[in-house]
Amino acid sequence: MADIRNDFVGIKSPNPFWLASAPPTDKAYNVERAFKAGWGGVVWKTLGEAGPPVVNVNGPRYGAIYGGDRRLIGLNNIELITDRDLQTNLREIKEVKAKWPDRAMIVSIMVPCEEQAWKSILPLVEETGADGIELNFGCPHGMSERGMGAAVGQVPEYIEMVTRWCKQTTRMPVIVKLTPNITDVRYPARAAKSGGADAVSLINTINSIVSVDLNDFAPEPTIDGKGSHGGFCGPAVKPIALHMVAEIARDPETAGLPISGIGGVTTWRDAAEFMSLGAGNVQVCTAAMTYGFKIIEEMTAGLSNWMDEQGHTTLDDVVGRATPNVTAWQYLNLNYVTKARIDQDKCISCGRCHIACEDTSHQAITNMVDGERRFEVIEEECVGCNLCVNVCPVEDCIDMVQLPAGATDERTKEKVSETYFNWTEHPNNPTAAKGTLEPAE
Amino acid sequence: MADKRMEDGVVAGRLPAKELVANFADIHPPLDHHEASVAADRCYFCYDAPCVTACPTEIDIPLFIRQIAADNRIGAAKTIFDQNILGGMCARVCPTETLCEQACVREAAEGKPVRIGLLQRFATDAAMEQDAQFYERVASTGKRVAVVGAGPAGLACAHRLAMHGHDVVILEARERPGGLNEYGIATYKTVGDFAQDEVDYITDIGGIDIRYSQKLGRDFTLGELRGDYEAVFLGMGLGGVNDLRIENEAPEGLEDAVDFISRLRQADDKSKIAIGRRVVVIGGGMTAVDCAVQAKLLGAEDVTIAYRRGQEQMNASRYEQDLAASRGVTIKHWAMPVDLATDGGKITGIEMEYTKLGDTRLEGTGERFSLDADQVFRAIGQTLVPDDLSGAADALEIVAGRIATIDAHGTTNMQGVWAGGDCAAGGEELTVTAAAQGRDAAEAINMSLRA
Repeated sequence: MADIRNDFVGIKSPNPFWLASAPPTDKAYNVERAFKAGWGGVVWKTLGEAGPPVVNVNGPRYGAIYGGDRRLIGLNNIELITDRDLQTNLREIKEVKAKWPDRAMIVSIMVPCEEQAWKSILPLVEETGADGIELNFGCPHGMSERGMGAAVGQVPEYIEMVTRWCKQTTRMPVIVKLTPNITDVRYPARAAKSGGADAVSLINTINSIVSVDLNDFAPEPTIDGKGSHGGFCGPAVKPIALHMVAEIARDPETAGLPISGIGGVTTWRDAAEFMSLGAGNVQVCTAAMTYGFKIIEEMTAGLSNWMDEQGHTTLDDVVGRATPNVTAWQYLNLNYVTKARIDQDKCISCGRCHIACEDTSHQAITNMVDGERRFEVIEEECVGCNLCVNVCPVEDCIDMVQLPAGATDERTKEKVSETYFNWTEHPNNPTAAKGTLEPAE
Repeated sequence: MADKRMEDGVVAGRLPAKELVANFADIHPPLDHHEASVAADRCYFCYDAPCVTACPTEIDIPLFIRQIAADNRIGAAKTIFDQNILGGMCARVCPTETLCEQACVREAAEGKPVRIGLLQRFATDAAMEQDAQFYERVASTGKRVAVVGAGPAGLACAHRLAMHGHDVVILEARERPGGLNEYGIATYKTVGDFAQDEVDYITDIGGIDIRYSQKLGRDFTLGELRGDYEAVFLGMGLGGVNDLRIENEAPEGLEDAVDFISRLRQADDKSKIAIGRRVVVIGGGMTAVDCAVQAKLLGAEDVTIAYRRGQEQMNASRYEQDLAASRGVTIKHWAMPVDLATDGGKITGIEMEYTKLGDTRLEGTGERFSLDADQVFRAIGQTLVPDDLSGAADALEIVAGRIATIDAHGTTNMQGVWAGGDCAAGGEELTVTAAAQGRDAAEAINMSLRA
C-alpha cells in the first residue's frame, strides 16, 4: 500500500491534501469537521491585524459558471479575509492544533505592508503552536485596494521585503501565496525565494466577472444593482494553475523551491497532476465547498490506488516527475507524426468529429462512406491536431496514433524520420542556429 | 354503492370516479424547467443528426434542444413549428421510441436516448400557452383550395397553404376538427382539450374556413370540389373498418375499437362509459393497444389483445406493448378469431384458432381455444371507402386500398388533386407522417397555383 504521508517544508500531515485558506477553514467548527473527515491539514482563513474586524457585504458573495447538468466548474467570490475577532481565531487555532497534533495547521496572514504590523502578529500566531504561516499576497478584491493581498503580490520587491521581515521574526516556515494576476509568475516566485521563503503556494484566485444579469445589466453577484470583480477558482482554473506551478518548478532560479499547488483540485487525479509538475502537496477549496468534506475519501483512496498500480511507494516518487517534460514549443520534436484513428466499434455516429474538422480545421474526417453515415479519418488531410479527440463524447473512441519511423505520412508524402528535430534547426526558422538542442536543465 | 368491479356484462362505472380521473391523467407529465434543462444537456448537437433523419417532418431537433438549453423556449418552438405545425400533438403521440429517440446516438451509446418527445412538448407547450404566433400570411393570391378532412394531414396542408396566401376551405365530416387527434387517440396521451386548442392555434393564421358535418360522398362530391376550387387536397383518413371475417359480426358487445376510443375521448365523465368484465381486442396496432389499455383503465378485470401474428410483426411499438403489459393487458400472439359465442344476442365468449406461417401465407393450425368475453373490439385496421369518392374512384387510382400518389408531394393521377395522411398510399398511419404529407402537398399545390 502506497505511503501518502506528506512532509512539506518539515510540516507533516497524513496525506498531501490541505484545505486552502478560505471559508471552509474560518473557524474551529469547520476545521474539526474537516479533520474528522480525513483532511491532512488546513490553511486557516487569513487573519488580519488586531482591531475592528473586516466587514463583508451582506448580499451575495459568490457567483458560478456551470458545465453540463449544472455541474459547477468555476466559482467567483468577493468575500474578504476573516471577519472574526483576531483573539477568537487565535484561541480556536490553538485548541484545534492541540486536539489534532498529527494534522498540518498553517495560518494565513495579511496585515498592512509595514514591518511593525507583521512583527506584531507573528508572535501571536507562533504562540498557537501552528506549524507554519502562509502570506496572503493573492487576494484580488477588497483588501488589495487597501494595499494588501494582490497589491503586494504584484510587486516583487514588496514580496521579498515582507517575506524577509517574516523570516527574521518567526521560527515558523513561511509559505508565500502568489497571485496569478501578473504577467509572469516566475518574478514573484523569485522574489519570495530571495526573501527567504520556505515555499510558495499558488494560485490564488483570478480577477473575474463571472456573469452578468441581463435583466438588470449588472455583474453577478449583484449587490443592490452593482457588482465588482471577484476572485475566480474551481475546476476551470486548473490549467492556468498547472502552468504556473510548472513555470516555477522548471525555472532554474527557483528550482527546488517547494510548491503547494492550488487551483481547481477536485479529484485525486488533479492532485497527482499538480504534484507531478512539482507541487509537494495540494490545497483544495472549491471542490469541498461544492461537495462537502467527504470528497477527501475519494482523493486519498484514489491517489493511493493509482500509486499502487504504478508502483510508486511514496509521494517523492511522484513529485516533479513531469517537470522535465515541460519544455518550450521550439524544442518539440517535429518528426513526431500522429494521425487520428476512430474506433468504429465505439463510434456512436454523432458526427461531432466530422463537423469540427470540416468547419474549423482540416477537412480530414468523412461523414459518408459508400453512401453510409460513417466517420473515418482521411490520412492525406489529417495533421494530427487532436481536435476530434477533444470533441468526441465517447472516451477512447478516437486515438492519436504515432506513425513509426520509416512510415510515409500521407499528408506530406514524406517518410517519418526517427531523428529528433526541432524548430531551432528548421530551415524555415530565420534564426535557426544549427545543432541547437534544448539546454540541459 | 355496490362494487361493480366483478359484475359480469358490459357495465358503466366499474371504478370510483376518483380512480378513473387518476387513470386517465397524462401518461407522460410535462417536464418542468429543471427536468428540461437536464434532458436538454444530454443532447450532443450531432452533425447531420440521425434523429432529424428519422423524423418524418425533419424537425431540426439538435437546434431546438440547444435553444431549450440556452433558455430560448419560444425560439425552440418556432424551430419545431417551421417543420411541423402539429409539433405539439406529435410531441404527445409520436412513437418516438421507433423514430427520433430510436435514432438518437445516446440510444446507441447508453440505451438512454435524449427525451426528444418530452422536450418538444416543453417547447411547444410554452409557445401555445402564450399564443406565440410565428407565421403571417403573404399577400392573398385569391386562389381557393379545398381540403377534405380537418385531421393532421388536412390541418398541416391548410396552414401551409394559408401561409402562402391561398384561401382554404376545410370540409370536415364530423362535428369537431382534429381527426384522429381528436377522435382516435388514447385519452391519456392528450389530456384536456389539446386537440381543439391545437386547431385554434393553427387556424389563428387566418384564411382557413372549417365547415363541419360536410362528408365527402354524402354532402358533396370530388367532382364538385374540382369545379369549385383551384385545387383539392384529400386528407379524410379511412372511413371503414375491416371485418373480422367471421359469421357472427353483429352481436351486442362487438364494437370497432376506433368508435370506442372516440366515445371515450368525447366523454367528460368516464364513469358513463360501459366496459366489459372480460374484454378481448382483436388486432396488433396502436389502436389495439389504446383500446385495450383504456378498457383496463375503465376497470375491466381481464383484457386480452389477440393478434394473428407474432410480436415482431405487431404494428404497435415495443414500448406500446410494454405499456399494455404494465397495465395488466395480456397479449396473445398467433391467434385468430373464428367465432363469437353469444347468449340472447350478447357476447359471452370468443372462439380462437392458433395460427402459423404456412409456405405462402398465414394459416390456422386447426387447434382452437376459447376465451370468456362480454365485449370484443375490432382493431384490425381501417379501410378507404371507395364509394365516398362517388364514382371518382374510377378515375382516381387506388393501390392496396389507398389513394395512389405519384410523387413525394401527394400528387395523384387526377389533375388538381393531391392526397395525404391515412387515405393516401405510402403512409405509416402516424400523425407525424400525415403532418409531413399535408405540408409537402401544400408546397406542391402552391407551386402549381403560382405556375
